[in-house]
This record gives sequence, C-alpha cells and structure tokens, in this order.
Amino acid sequence: MSVEHALTNLPPERIEVNGVSKSFSTKHRVVAALDSINLKVSEGEFVCLVGQSGCGKSTLLNIIAGLESPDSGRVLANGEVVTGPGRDRMVMFQEHALFPWLDVMGNVLFGLKLKPGLNDKERVEVAEYYLQLVGLEKVRHSNVHELSGGMKQRVALARALAPNPRVLIMDEPFGALDALTREQLYGDIQKIWQARRKTIIFVTHNVREAACLGDRVILFSPNPGRIRREFVVTLPRPRDINSVELAHYSTEITAALKGFTPAEGKEAAE
Amino acid sequence: MRRALTSLVFFAALVAAWQLVVEKGGISQVMLPPPSNVADYLWQATADGTLESATLVTIKRLLIGYGVGLLLGIPLGLFTAKFKTCQDTVGVLALGMQALPSVCWVPLALGWFGQTEAAMLFVVVMGTVWSVIIATSDGVRSMPPIYLRAAKTMGSTGLHSWVRVILPASLPYLVGGMKQGWAFAWRSLMAAEIFVTILTGFGLGQLLQYGRDLHAMDQVIAVMLILIVIGLLADKLLFAPWERFLHRRWGTGILK
Repeated sequence: MSVEHALTNLPPERIEVNGVSKSFSTKHRVVAALDSINLKVSEGEFVCLVGQSGCGKSTLLNIIAGLESPDSGRVLANGEVVTGPGRDRMVMFQEHALFPWLDVMGNVLFGLKLKPGLNDKERVEVAEYYLQLVGLEKVRHSNVHELSGGMKQRVALARALAPNPRVLIMDEPFGALDALTREQLYGDIQKIWQARRKTIIFVTHNVREAACLGDRVILFSPNPGRIRREFVVTLPRPRDINSVELAHYSTEITAALKGFTPAEGKEAAE
Repeated sequence: MRRALTSLVFFAALVAAWQLVVEKGGISQVMLPPPSNVADYLWQATADGTLESATLVTIKRLLIGYGVGLLLGIPLGLFTAKFKTCQDTVGVLALGMQALPSVCWVPLALGWFGQTEAAMLFVVVMGTVWSVIIATSDGVRSMPPIYLRAAKTMGSTGLHSWVRVILPASLPYLVGGMKQGWAFAWRSLMAAEIFVTILTGFGLGQLLQYGRDLHAMDQVIAVMLILIVIGLLADKLLFAPWERFLHRRWGTGILK
C-alpha cells in the first residue's frame, strides 16, 4: 500500500443502533444507562448527541466504538455487527488520552504502526500529513506535557484520523478547553470533516456547539437514557458559532431540552 | 561553576578539618586515622590490585543478583497487577517479604548453599525482587484506564498492549521501584559480605571486615569511601538516564 492509498478518502460508514439497552449495577442499585436506543447515522453525516450528564450518551459512544457491549440490541457498521473496537471507528476522548511516554509524532504513529501494508517511512509521511492538517507540523517532536490543552486535542484528532477511519467518534472532545480555543476548533473540525469525508458521532452537553457542528442534533433524557427528540440543522457550512441563525436553533433546542428535565421525568414515571 | 566551586571548597575544608583534629586533637590514630593515611592505603591497595579485585567481585555479585531480581520481579509484578489470584498470593507474599530486612536471609542462605557465590546471590535477589514486584504492580494498577481504551481502539491487543502501553505507562513507578530494589540489594550485599567470608571471592564487605579484624581503620574508612563512590556511580549510570527521560517526557520529578 502506498502513502497515496493510505491517504485516500475511504467511503464513510453507515452506523445503525438497533434497540440497544445497557444497565450498570452498583452496590446499591441497578442504573439503566440506556433504554432501547434506535439511531441511524448515514454515510458522512455529522450527528451530535446532546443531553445532561448521566443520560448515557457516553455509554452509547463506547458501545458504538466496540469498547463496551450492550445488554441487548446491537450496533451495525455498514451492515456488520460491531463486536469490538476496529480501525474503521476511531475515538477521541474528553481527556486527550495522549500517551505521555511518546512525543507528538510517536502518538500519531501509534495507530499507524498497527496498520499493515505500510513501511516506516510511509507511516511517518502519513503522520506528517495529519499533523499538518491539524496545524501542528512544527511541534512534531514536542512532548505532550509541553502542549496547551487545545494543541493536545489537535494531536488527539490527528492520532484518531491517521489510521484513516471511516467513522470518527468524539466524546466531549472540547469540553475542557477555553472558549477561544474551542471556537478555532469548531472551524477546524468542520473543515477537516469536509476534506476527509467521515461519519462523525459527537457527544456534547453544549447545545450551541451541537447546533454549530451537527447535521442533526439528537436529544437524550436521563434515567433511563432515551432519545427524546431530534433537530435537523440546515444552515450552510462552515457555520459560525456566534451567528444569529445558530442562536435560533440553540434557543429552540435548549427549550426542548428543558422540557424533559428530571422533574418531568419523575412525573412520567409516576 | 560557582556551585561546583562551593562544593569543592566545602569538601576540602572537611578533609582539612579531619586532618587537623587527628593531628592536634590528641585522638588516637588507631581509632581515627588521618585522611593522609587513608589516602596512603588507597594508593597501596590500588597498586597491588587488592581494591580492584574486591570491587570487581562485589559489583559482579550485585549486578547479577540485581539483574535476576528484575527479571523475576517485573513479570511477577505484571501478573500481580493483572490477575486477582496472583495479587492474593504473590502480591501478599511480596508485601510480607518486603518488610523483612534481606540480611535476615543470610543464615538460611548459608545453610542451603554453603559459603558460596550462590548464597550471596540469593541474598541480593531477596533484597531486590519484592520491592520490584510491588512497584511494578502499583505502577500498572495506577495507570489511567483511558490509555488502554485508546490503545484498544487503535488495534492494540494482547502482548502489544503489554509492551507498548502498560509497561511504558507504569515507567515512573517502575524506575522508582528499581531504585528502591537497588538500594535494598546494595545494603543487603554489604551486610552479607561483612557477615560471612565467602570462599569463592573476596568482596569489598570482606575487605572492610578484615580491616576491623586487623584494627586497620584506614582500610575500613577507605573501603567505606569506595562504597560511597560505587553507590553514587550506580545512581548516575543506572538511574539518572531514566530519570532524565521521565523528566523530559512526562514533565515530572526533580532534575538533580
């Protein structure tokens, strides 16, 4: 396999979540994290999952990634049942999860080294391409602890993109960053999504962020985690997080989200 | 440069004070020989090869024993961290054995192996292995689980994840444990060498004990100086590179 081949855009993948339920038992009680979730994400779609913490959206991501298995139901990636993690579905975590014993280059190369069909020189070339894509080609030999929070997440993004996955799973990747850095990354991620054609499933509790990035915004309610509503965002791209049109969407979504706060959830249970 | 000079002046003053106290202070030169006598002994013993051969014998015992301790301790530590059964057996054993000063193994070692090299090695291994097991196991268990999850999504499983993720992730603990193991091994070997005469080799500890038997305190002090130098060199050669790496990569620790 050549570098060109390693860098070609693979067709993005379709993800189907069929009736997935999952509960966790703690010492005192059983918590239903997800209750019969059905979700279809089409090829190349950018879908944001929104809900307050504890609504099971991260659990759902882990199940889609193959890091956890559902109690019932299943996840299909391009029609095939997901049974474990795979290079086609890469994950970006809230904490950058970069390896401190490797430098920036070593981190981006980690997944590439596990990918067959490339020699070492080609792997370095591919890694350099992605470091350039996230604007960090100058810090390739820096150590992780020397980078700012935003740079760390960019390296994490390059590391996730490097094995050329067809789906990118992002779990509140910008949650710990300051507002200015976040705004920059909103622009970058939209650009990269358009350039590299990935299916992206993106979890956040920031409604504005979801409206800015997603083709669709899916709302979750907690106890047990359920999908309550979805919004289609039709604004042209690239979208500006501060635009008035976006504000309309986010007001509407926030109102809907407030509509099923825990208080209402209780009523429904009674 | 200025700081090196400060240190130099300090030690020169210390040696001068020592010489002065012995010469003018009316202290018996048998009990505290002046530094010049110690230097004389060092010169002679180096010239006739006594020091060199004793140092080689000791360092060889130490390196072999320490190496065996690491080879046993690191895998056992990994197993202890990974498997509950190992944790409840080897892990508990290691905790107990670590509390035992390893020189206490000397009587048993002599009984089992006689006055041989094997007895010395046994004592050194006992000094090393338990603290290495505990440090390795602690290191692995304190690793943030997210590293392994991230590695898994990139296709790392089985042996690859052990060698490329778990082991390097626990490196800060491992280096700490290896240092502690080294300190224990070094101390237990000296105790054992002073304690018993081994027929197969004459180490520094025995040289020191000989000095005591002959009331040659210049020899005793000279050997003590050599022991300090070996300890410092080991720290510089064996551990300083690792600590520099940890400091550079992780951004942790104090650089000496």
